[in-house]
Amino acid sequence: MSEVQVKDAGGGGKNKQKKQQLRVDFTPMVDMNMLLITFFMLCSSLLKPETLPINMPSDVEVKKEEQNKVRESGAVTLLLGGEDKLYYYTGMVDAAAYTNPDFLIEASWNPENPESIRQFLLNKNKGTYEEIQALKIRLQNNEFPDSVFRRLSNEVQDKAMKELKIAPTVMIKPSDLSSYKNLVDALDEMLVCNIGAYAVIDLADGDRRLLFNKTENSNYLTEEEIAQAGGAKK
Amino acid sequence: MAKAKVKKQSTFIDMTAMSDVTVLLLTFFMLTSTFVQKEPIDVKTPASVSEIKIPETNLLTILVDAKGKIFLSLDNDNVKREALEKVGEDYGITFTDKQINTFKSLQAFGVPIQSMAGFLDLPSDQQDAYMKNLESARVGIPATDNELRDAKGLVASDNEFKRWVAHASSINDDLQIAIKADKLTEYPVVKTVMDDLRKMKKNRYLLITNLKTASSEEGK
Repeated sequence: MSEVQVKDAGGGGKNKQKKQQLRVDFTPMVDMNMLLITFFMLCSSLLKPETLPINMPSDVEVKKEEQNKVRESGAVTLLLGGEDKLYYYTGMVDAAAYTNPDFLIEASWNPENPESIRQFLLNKNKGTYEEIQALKIRLQNNEFPDSVFRRLSNEVQDKAMKELKIAPTVMIKPSDLSSYKNLVDALDEMLVCNIGAYAVIDLADGDRRLLFNKTENSNYLTEEEIAQAGGAKK
Repeated sequence: MAKAKVKKQSTFIDMTAMSDVTVLLLTFFMLTSTFVQKEPIDVKTPASVSEIKIPETNLLTILVDAKGKIFLSLDNDNVKREALEKVGEDYGITFTDKQINTFKSLQAFGVPIQSMAGFLDLPSDQQDAYMKNLESARVGIPATDNELRDAKGLVASDNEFKRWVAHASSINDDLQIAIKADKLTEYPVVKTVMDDLRKMKKNRYLLITNLKTASSEEGK
C-alpha cells in the first residue's frame, strides 16, 4: 500500500531496474498517533454526568386551606433513616400512631423485594404508571417525538391528581442520620414510579418521635425531646 | 543467494492501514470527549435513572465533599471575574489584575474570601498543596453565618457561600445551579446548602448524578 511504483516512461519491456519503488515508512506516524490516543484517553472523559432536576418547595407561607389540600388517603411519607434504612407511613400522624407499632413500616430499597418501597409506590400509583408505560411503548415505536411524550405523561399525572384524585402525594423527609445518596435514591423512586407530586420536606416533631419509637435510637431526637422523653418515659 | 533475498523482503511491514485506524480513533476521541475538569476534591456522585444530560454552559456547580466542605465552579470567565470582584467588595477586599487572572484559570475554587488574595499569589503547585489540606479551616467556602468581618471591623453580612451564589446569579440571569455532592455526604450538610438556596429563592436546581447501571443496582 505504501509503495508507489514509478514506471520509467521511456522504458521498453518489463525490466526490473527501470521500476523505481518508493516506500514510505509509516511506523513513526503510527507511534505518534498511538501516543496521542493514549493522551486523549487518559485526559478526557467520554461520559457527561447526568442530572436530576429538582424543584424544592419555597419558604413562602402557603395559605392554610391550600396546605390541607394534600388528601389524607393519598399522602405517603417516606422517612429516610440512618444506615440506609427507609420507613414510610400513609396518612397523617395522630395520637394513636405513636402506640401503633404497625403505623410506621420499614421498607427495602431493593426493588426485587416484595416489601420494597418500589412495590408499594407502584401499587399506590398503578393507574398512572400503567398509562405512562403504555405511552412509553408508543414512544419506542416512534409514534410521536420525545416532547409529545413528556406532555402526554404530564397530562396523565395531572389528571390522576386533579380529576380522579387517585395519585399519591409523596413527602420525602430525610432525617439527619441519612446520607445524600438516600435522598437521590428516594427521588429516583419517584421517577421510576411516575409519581407526579412529591416534595422534600424537613422532619416534623411527630416523625422524629415515630422514628425513635421504631428504632430506639435517640440520635433521631433533638436534645429537648430527649430531655422530655427522659422525664415522661417516652 | 536466493534465500537471502526472501528474508530481506519479509522485514518490511506495511503500516499504512494501521496508521489509518489510529488516525480514525484519534479523530473519534478528539471529537467526542471533553477534558476532565480538575476538581480539588474527588466526588463520587450517587447513581440515578435520570438520563438528562448536564447543560454545557451557564452552570454554577456547587461541589460538596463527604465532610461538608463547599467548593464552587463557574464555567464563564467573565461571570467568574465579576463575582470575585463583587464578593471581594462585600468584604472590603480588592484584587489585582494578576490575582484575577489566576482566579479565572482555576476550575473550581473553595477558599474563604479573606484567604483568597494570599491563595491566588501562590504558584500553582503550592495552590494544589494548599487545597489538599482538607481539614484546614482555610479550605472550603464557609456557609455558616457570622463568619467574617470586613476590613473596617464591621460584621459583614454572614454567609459567604450565599454571597457567591447571589452575585453569580445576578450577573448571569440564565445561570443554572447544580449540586454535586458525594454520595456519602451526610444529609444535614446538603440541607444547609439547600436551605441557603431556598432563602435566596433558588428553588430549581440540578443534582448531578451518574447513570444507574445493572452493577450499581446490585451494590445496594
